Amino acid sequence: MSALGGVVRSGVGRRRVQTVVIGLVVMIAVTAAVLGGSLMVAAEAPFDRAFAQQHGAHLTAQFDAARTTAAQLAASATAAGVTEAAGPFPITTITPAEERGPVRPITVVGRADAGGPVDAVTVTEGRWVTGPGEIVLHGDIRLPPSLQPGVGDVLSLPDLPGGPALTVVGVARSVSETAGGWVVPEQVAALTAPGATAGYQMLYRLDASGTAAQVDAGRAAVQASVPAEALTGARSWLTTRTNSAGNTVLFVPFLIAFGVLGVLMAVLIIGNVIAGAVSTGTHRIGVLKALGFTPRQVVRAYTVQALVPAVVGALLGVVAGNLLVLPVLAQTNAVYGTSDSGVTPSVNVLVLVGALAVVAVTAWAAASRAGRLRTVEVLAVGRTPGPGRGQWAARLAARLPLPRPVTLGLAQPFARVLRSATVVAAIAFGAAAATFAVGLGASLNEVRATEKHGDVVIFPGRPMSAPPPEGGPPVEGSPRVASGPPPAPDPVAVVEAITAQAGTAGYSGVAQTEVTAAGLTSAVEALAFTGDGAASSYEMISGSWFRQPGEIVVARPFLTATGTRVGDSIVLTDHGRQIPVRIVGEVFNPESRGMQVLTAVATLAAAQPDLRAVEYFVTLTPGTDPAAYVQALNTALSSVEATAEVVEQEAEEVLIVINTLTTLLTLMLVTVAALGVLNMVVLETRERVHDLGVHKALGMTPRQTITMVVASVVVTGLIGGAVGAPVGVLMQRLTLGEMGRVTGFELPASVVDVYTPVTLALFGLGGLGIAVLGALLPAGWAARTRTATALRTE
Amino acid sequence: MTAPVIELTDVSRRYDEGPPALDGVSLRIGAGEAVAVLGPSGSGKSTLLNLVAGLDRPSSGTVTVDGVRVDGLGEAASARYRRAKIGMVFQFFNLLDDLTVVDNVMLPAQLVGTARAVARRRATELLGTLGIERHAAAYPGRLSGGERQRVAVARALMNRPALLLADEPTGALDTASGEEVRQLLTDLHAEGQTIVLVTHDLTLAEACATRTVQLVDGRVAADSRLESVR
Repeated sequence: MSALGGVVRSGVGRRRVQTVVIGLVVMIAVTAAVLGGSLMVAAEAPFDRAFAQQHGAHLTAQFDAARTTAAQLAASATAAGVTEAAGPFPITTITPAEERGPVRPITVVGRADAGGPVDAVTVTEGRWVTGPGEIVLHGDIRLPPSLQPGVGDVLSLPDLPGGPALTVVGVARSVSETAGGWVVPEQVAALTAPGATAGYQMLYRLDASGTAAQVDAGRAAVQASVPAEALTGARSWLTTRTNSAGNTVLFVPFLIAFGVLGVLMAVLIIGNVIAGAVSTGTHRIGVLKALGFTPRQVVRAYTVQALVPAVVGALLGVVAGNLLVLPVLAQTNAVYGTSDSGVTPSVNVLVLVGALAVVAVTAWAAASRAGRLRTVEVLAVGRTPGPGRGQWAARLAARLPLPRPVTLGLAQPFARVLRSATVVAAIAFGAAAATFAVGLGASLNEVRATEKHGDVVIFPGRPMSAPPPEGGPPVEGSPRVASGPPPAPDPVAVVEAITAQAGTAGYSGVAQTEVTAAGLTSAVEALAFTGDGAASSYEMISGSWFRQPGEIVVARPFLTATGTRVGDSIVLTDHGRQIPVRIVGEVFNPESRGMQVLTAVATLAAAQPDLRAVEYFVTLTPGTDPAAYVQALNTALSSVEATAEVVEQEAEEVLIVINTLTTLLTLMLVTVAALGVLNMVVLETRERVHDLGVHKALGMTPRQTITMVVASVVVTGLIGGAVGAPVGVLMQRLTLGEMGRVTGFELPASVVDVYTPVTLALFGLGGLGIAVLGALLPAGWAARTRTATALRTE
Repeated sequence: MTAPVIELTDVSRRYDEGPPALDGVSLRIGAGEAVAVLGPSGSGKSTLLNLVAGLDRPSSGTVTVDGVRVDGLGEAASARYRRAKIGMVFQFFNLLDDLTVVDNVMLPAQLVGTARAVARRRATELLGTLGIERHAAAYPGRLSGGERQRVAVARALMNRPALLLADEPTGALDTASGEEVRQLLTDLHAEGQTIVLVTHDLTLAEACATRTVQLVDGRVAADSRLESVR
């Protein structure tokens, strides 16, 4: 073995703690970077990626089966501009009566399989249909699961001859939203009501589809290729894309921020630990140079010495990252509608190469510095600090009314200010990152909290089966089949039931319609409220909630799009009727990308006299049991064709992602910061081992030794925490500000101000916790060090 | 002989390989004695001192100091034993460079939990006795070798130990400083302090000790009393 090889091998083998620390830090950092990188990829244009993954349909067209044939439609695949096509698929509309949620007509398409050249549907639960009597439903990511039928549910179709039923065998997601459900093709005829027109669906991919005009051109070409008037409707993928974003518009920057945090953490911590590790070898470098090693050989030896454990750590980190990312991607898939199945190979390669490059460059730079020093200077480095260093601190500490081991430890960081600064940096970074991660997670929780407009929701439709007898348990396993579609709810009766119910604090009824506003090219959603509860369920940014007809409140994107401000007047057009309104307030409302108009039902009465609330949100008085309230209310609503449900929290899939990531990243950051401290304290203990021997020879007990070593990181821990926590808050503020700017929202104080003085103090003290955690192991070693051995150490 | 302060019975100390550092050593040292342990390098002198100080444990045999069985003590008990019974002086002083002279001297008392003011009074008194009180606020690095060793002796005497152990106390000193330390140890013995010193320096042994123990290859080769050494 060459001299250089021997140096590397002995360096890796004998400095086991350092080797393990480098390996662990690189492993955790690479894991975080793989997670972060994957999140960044997942959050990058999620619709477009999901669309590409499923070979989405640029044009979804529906044809009248009476005016064209399947063969003619199949031939339309060769129309100008069409690159791929799927279909024709028979299509119909059913109106099932099902237990959960409001009754909605469902467009059902007959497809033998989920795949195909266009719109390769992703089955997210259960399986694809294999025969008649089965249906796969489209999973609507914008509805909570509790309001959607699940696998095993039975949809009855009482309007159809024979009252057939369909068993839900799967849930699937079509990014192109080509259907509400899929059955086998031969089933469609049986599902088509007598007298209804049979139809076909064709799915097209176009060679040019970036603009509405290009898609329109494709549509025209398809239309020209089939008999006149055969095309009854077509939908552009651009419309689907615009509508798809929904609330995820705010999640994307959050996830990107987490991703960036993971990658940044990897770079900074690796650099910190490697630089520290090489600097601990400075004295050894002096010895090597004294023996005749050239500066170049020294640099090579130390770079390789750092790379050996780093390569092992990086490979393990990639494996860990790839395993950990799977449940996270399952959640982002649920949020975005994507079908990412693992880490993109480019992320793995980039992280691996990047991490090792950071190790190599940092080690090279640190070793180069030591290599350039004069040998005699290098030999002088790495010893117990000489007189004059931090003596003022030792004098000051000695006067403190604390046990001597504590005061001895407290003064230690001032003997090596530069090294202590590195430890402070590691702790500050850990504290800042933890503060930032937890704060960001809390902010997103608050964003989601603003979307909860009540404790109980009432929607039209009746439960499938009668409520269980008073006091009796629900009957398990009974078929969940309705007796018929429910009639429209009676708003007066619903309001009477709500107001008569004990535990009601307030309620609001919501009617939904569309209006156009001056300055906007397309219609926007308008929510028209009745009742008194809506005002308290939205976060006001400025102005006030509407108090009378003719007043509206809107979100910042609406103000930006219309060029208006709070206090301005604007004209809405509803069913051709112009309604002048005044904007009296700005709310934080991410629904429909902030393009919703909130007003009183009475505002739109002139245009829609029959506009009625569709859903009701009830706020309960504190202490009311929501389940009992809902049970009692449903009894009261039994004759009203409306169903009450507790507003579920289970649908917060994005919160699961964020909370999982917050916990994971915080743990990793704290671990890595503690490893950085451990690395430094090991070095400090090693260098002070002779002094340690003296202390022990003078009668310092193991417990006192541990106290002294732990106390030696108290100051750095406190400073690190005190610096890190405010930096974390600053990072959270900057990120939220940027997110607000990018998404066009003004974030409310409840989203931004998530830290309380107590939590901030805890994050600050967290720095101390990190420091103590990192110091405990070397403190134990120091306590166990044999006095005679320590005294012999020079 | 007075009641033994130190009693070693058939003590051996073996390390991983090679011959034993100590091989069946039995020794009794009485209160007030000043014993010089002599011998060439590798004869086991320092090992003997470490065993008596509780810094090391024998492979076999027993070590009793002032009624305490030292060979079976754990790390914490051993530390408490040193605080209470032992004062140590080293060849290279082993002063803590980042503490002032008085802070160095006070340290053993403070480890016991003595209040700072009380410890400071005792340290100042000792520094005065040893003639180095003017250096109380100085750092060890600014003192001469002899002065440093005086500080080390003051520190060793801080807790009024039953036994003063000195490992080559003049080994790192020039002639003049060596003479100062020799005189200091002689004075301490005259005041009744029990002393065990390990040295190559026959002059020191003759000046300070009432008895010499010669170690060769880990065994006691000679044990003789010196009459009228002063």
